[in-house]
Order: sequence, then C-alpha cells, then structure tokens
Amino acid sequence: MTSILQIKDLSKNFGGLAAVDAVTLNFEEGRVHAIIGPNGAGKTTLINLLSGDHKPSAGRILFKGKDITTKPPEAISQLGIGRSYQKTNIFPSLSCLQNCWLAAQSRLRSSMRFFRPAEAYDDVRSRAELALEMCGLTGRRDTIASEMSYGEQRQLEIGMMLATEPEVLLLDEPLAGMGTEEATQVISLLRTLAQSHTLILIEHDMDAVFAVAEMLTVMVNGQVLETGTPDQIRASKAVREAYLGEDMEEMTP
Amino acid sequence: MSRVFANPTNLFLLTALAMLAAFPWFGESFYVGLVVRIMILGILAMSLDLLIGYTGLVSFGHAAFFGLAGYLLAIVTPETGPVSIWYALPVCLGGAALAALVIGWFSVRTSGIYFIMITLAFAQMLYYFFNENMELGGSDGIFIFYKPSVAIGDFQILDLGDHTTFYYFVLVSLILVYALLRVILNAPFGQVLRGIKINEARTQALGFSTFRYKLASFVIAGTIGGYAGFLEATHNGIMSPDFLGWHKSGSIMMIVILGGIGTLWGAVVGAFAMVFLQDWFQELTTHWLLLMGGFVIFVVLFLPRGIAGLVESFSAFLTRAVSRASDKDAP
Ligand SMILES: Nc1ncnc2c1ncn2[C@@H]1O[C@H](COP(=O)(O)OP(=O)(O)O)[C@@H](O)[C@H]1O
Ligand SMILES: [Mg+2]
Repeated sequence: MTSILQIKDLSKNFGGLAAVDAVTLNFEEGRVHAIIGPNGAGKTTLINLLSGDHKPSAGRILFKGKDITTKPPEAISQLGIGRSYQKTNIFPSLSCLQNCWLAAQSRLRSSMRFFRPAEAYDDVRSRAELALEMCGLTGRRDTIASEMSYGEQRQLEIGMMLATEPEVLLLDEPLAGMGTEEATQVISLLRTLAQSHTLILIEHDMDAVFAVAEMLTVMVNGQVLETGTPDQIRASKAVREAYLGEDMEEMTP
Repeated sequence: MSRVFANPTNLFLLTALAMLAAFPWFGESFYVGLVVRIMILGILAMSLDLLIGYTGLVSFGHAAFFGLAGYLLAIVTPETGPVSIWYALPVCLGGAALAALVIGWFSVRTSGIYFIMITLAFAQMLYYFFNENMELGGSDGIFIFYKPSVAIGDFQILDLGDHTTFYYFVLVSLILVYALLRVILNAPFGQVLRGIKINEARTQALGFSTFRYKLASFVIAGTIGGYAGFLEATHNGIMSPDFLGWHKSGSIMMIVILGGIGTLWGAVVGAFAMVFLQDWFQELTTHWLLLMGGFVIFVVLFLPRGIAGLVESFSAFLTRAVSRASDKDAP
C-alpha cells in the first residue's frame, strides 16, 4: 500500500493550547482511515490543517510525496482533497442544486467566464445532479437549503464535497445530527465511496466507525494515542483506559 | 391577459423604459438634461451594486473611478478642439480599470470595516491629489471645452453636443450596461460572486481563488464607474474634485440602498428617487439633508430591499390577485 497523505510532526497551537501536538500519520491510498477521540481531542483541527483552512504551527503535510503544508484551501481542493464540515457550512439561501452547482463548477478549468450562461454548461449540471443523487437529495433539488432539516443539510454538505470530484475525502462527523434512516443511507454511501476513494473519517458513532474503517487512529489531547486496525484498537489496553471504556465493552464480541 | 401580467415587474420596467425613450419628445430641455444626469448616476450606482449587492464588497470609495475618468477626459481634451472618442474612451476606461486594479489589489483581501476604510482612504488620496493640483484647476476644477467627437475619418457619426443625441447615447449606454451586468451575473463568473457574497470561506474551500474573483469584480465595477465618469464629464463640461469626494461615494451608496441592494435595476430607480427627493426636500427646508438622512433610515428599517423590493412585492401581489380572479372565471 502506498501512502497518499503523510503528516509529519504536525502541530497547531491556539495561544498556549496545543490543539494538535506533533502528530505523525500515514494515510494509505484507497483506505478508510477513521480518527476517533473525545471532544476537544483535536480531530477537527487536524482536518482543518489537511484542508488548508488552518496553517500549521509546525510540521509538514505531504500529498503524493509533494509538500502541501502552506497551500491555501482552494489549491488543496484543486489537488483533489475534498472536505465536509462538522459545523454545517453551506450556502443557506441557495437551493440544493445551486449549492452543488457551484461546487461542480469549481472543476471547470476557470470560472472567469463572463458571457455564456452558467446553465449552458451541461457537464457542470450533470456533475451537480449526480452529487445530489449520491447524497440522496434528488427529491430536494429545488428546495432552499435553509428550509431543510438539519440532517438533510448534513447530506447536502456531503453532496457539495462530492460535486468537486475529490480523490481524498475528509469527513468531519458526517453522521452528526442525522436521523437513523438518513445515517443508514450515508453509511452505505460511505461504503460505496470507499471502493474508489481514500476516506479520512472522523465519527463519534462507534458502530459506523467499526462498520467502515480499515484503519483507526485514537487521538487524545492533540496527540495520537494509538493507530492500528480495528482489531488492534479493540485490543489496546491504552485505548481502553484512556478513552473507549464502556463503549468498547459493547463493541467487543 | 394573465400572460401579460405574468410578471408585472417586467411590465413596470418596460413602461419606465418606454417613458424614458419618449421623454425628449415632450420634456422641457432643463428636465431632459436632468434625466441625463440621473441616468448617468444610475449607471454609476449599478456598478456599485455589482460590488455591494452581488459580491458583498461594501466600497466607500467608488466615486474615485467616476472622478478619475472624468479628469482623464479633461486632460486629453485639447483647448483648441475636440478629442476623438476612439482615443478618449480607452484612456478613460483604461485609467479607471488600472486604478481599480491597484486599489482592489490592496483592498479586496480585507473585509468588513477594513475594506470600507481602505477604499475610502484611496478615494480621499485621489481627491487630495486633484484638489491640490493647480495645473488641473485645484478645487475649482477644470473645463472640458469640447465634447469628444464620434467620427470615422471626416464623417461624423454622432454629435454628442446635440442634447437629444446625447440623451439617447446615455440611454443606450444605460441599457447596455444593465444587459452586460445581467449577462456576467448569469455566467459562471456570477455564480462564483454569489457564492462569495453568501459564504466566502466555503467558496474558497470548494476550490475557488476568491481573491481573484473579487478583484475581477472590483475592476469591472471600477471600469463601468469610469464610463459613467466619462459620460458625466462630457455632459457637464467641467470636472472638479467634488466628483470624487467621499460625499459623492456616500451618495452613490445611498442610491443603491434606496433602490434596493442586489437588484441592479433598483439602482437606476434609486437614482431617480434620490434626485427627486433631494429636489423636493430642498424646497421644503434648508436642512434638507436631515430629511434625506431620515428617509434613508426609514428605508433601511422598513424596506430592506428598497424600492425595487417594494415593486416586486406589489408585483407578486398583483400576480396572485390576477390568478385568483382567473380561477373564479374558470368553469
Ligand atoms: N479556532 C480556534 N481557536 C481557538 N481554539 C480552538 C480553535 N479551534 C479549536 N480550538 C480548541 O482546540 C481544541 C481541539 O478542538 P477540536 O479540534 O475542535 O476538537 P475535536 O474536533 O476533536 O472535538 C479544543 O480545546 C478547542 O477548544
Ligand atoms: Mg470536531
């Protein structure tokens, strides 16, 4: 297996707080790699560093061997690293299709196109509609995003990411706030995506994590406590003590 | 019947346009000149609406491009005869575009209050430059003795000195600028601007270099503002620092707010409202600015979408009333 993303001694300080503290990790191509850990462990901050939304205080990020540590978010997105946000981050006053449309349009070589109407770009339309279908919102095509339920907005969040046709998906708690039915749908979507993409998944729902993840990293206080296969993590004494506790008992057969 | 009323807003706009087109036939020449000035203001305000209403950039220095282009026309017009429009117009537009590129380069990377202050500061710098420059008439301003000639060889195509000709020249400009902006906003470029206005960070995360799109929007707006300045200087025959002071920038912003932010045609309606209200308030009292200020506050509080929003609400009301009436007529 080749690594697609590598992070080396990556740190992010907010004032005196080390939200991410000298983290070194390899993400392998085509794998589903879940990151778990208690609230405040630094999982979201790690994703923000990978997506370029935050600049690291120290350390390096390599994508396919190339240094992308200081690249801005748009450049990272254009490289094929897409993300969804834990805190819903959409265009609330636009319809679902319009939300995905803009995402899909980002794959035109340039959007400095001033004359032909946007609607005439059939490739953009089909990419946007495919993304809507994949995230299960085809029926909500023309609904204004802010008028949908929280769970549906979370689905849209994923749809927008897919419309940018990324190779690596950074998913920050995609299931949070979803009903059981929606969550089941999204988990099956994640499985489908896992066949052709690299997924880096943050999730609190342990059933979901153990259902899809091939690798697991446990973070606590900004540091990596343990990385391994789900079986290795289940068996880890350190993880049991520090974090999983009762949750694990249920998981262990 | 219901087809005609399908969109009463369009009906309103077409009627207004027809009235504008017919106006020189019956309007007194003083008012024809006034309407020319208002239409030029409308072009200027539409270009500011591209920034405020469609890109989310609240520029407080938009008069800079208007005034700069006007001064450029004054500079390239000799005292002995007219300058060719084929030379003057590219100079005026190019100058405004270049200024917008430089000012935008520094300002669009900031946002909120910082953006407002930087655009204001640049505009004030230009103001003082022209105010102190005695070669260009200092605070008194500078005359433009001849209107630009529109000719191919010796053949004159248009005489901009003719009031009616110039009126239609400005009216056609107004329509073309509106159409151009509509086209741009419907194109992929406009979709990106809309994303930036609603949620810039997300637009960037989707892979757009938002800086470039904001800068392009700023340059387009500045260039159109410059075109309005070219028209104003041609019309007025004099250019003075007042055309690029912060009073001017503020009043364009008020026009956009009055007309309805993010509606484009509202900016033109706002220009008419502004000039007529000003005229009316001035007749009532010498403290007319107080009344004007009060009126703008009223609009901001109670008509957040300005006059255009009012027209659109009324239009939606009519549509509903008509469809209800036709439901009743149906067997
Ligand atoms: N923008 C920020 N400014 C200051 N502190 C932050 C910021 N983002 C996160 N933190 C802090 O960093 C720590 C890690 O947060 P986060 O990465 O969101 O954790 P997790 O996603 O694992 O719950 C928390 O203590 C949080 O308060
Ligand atoms: Mg988090």
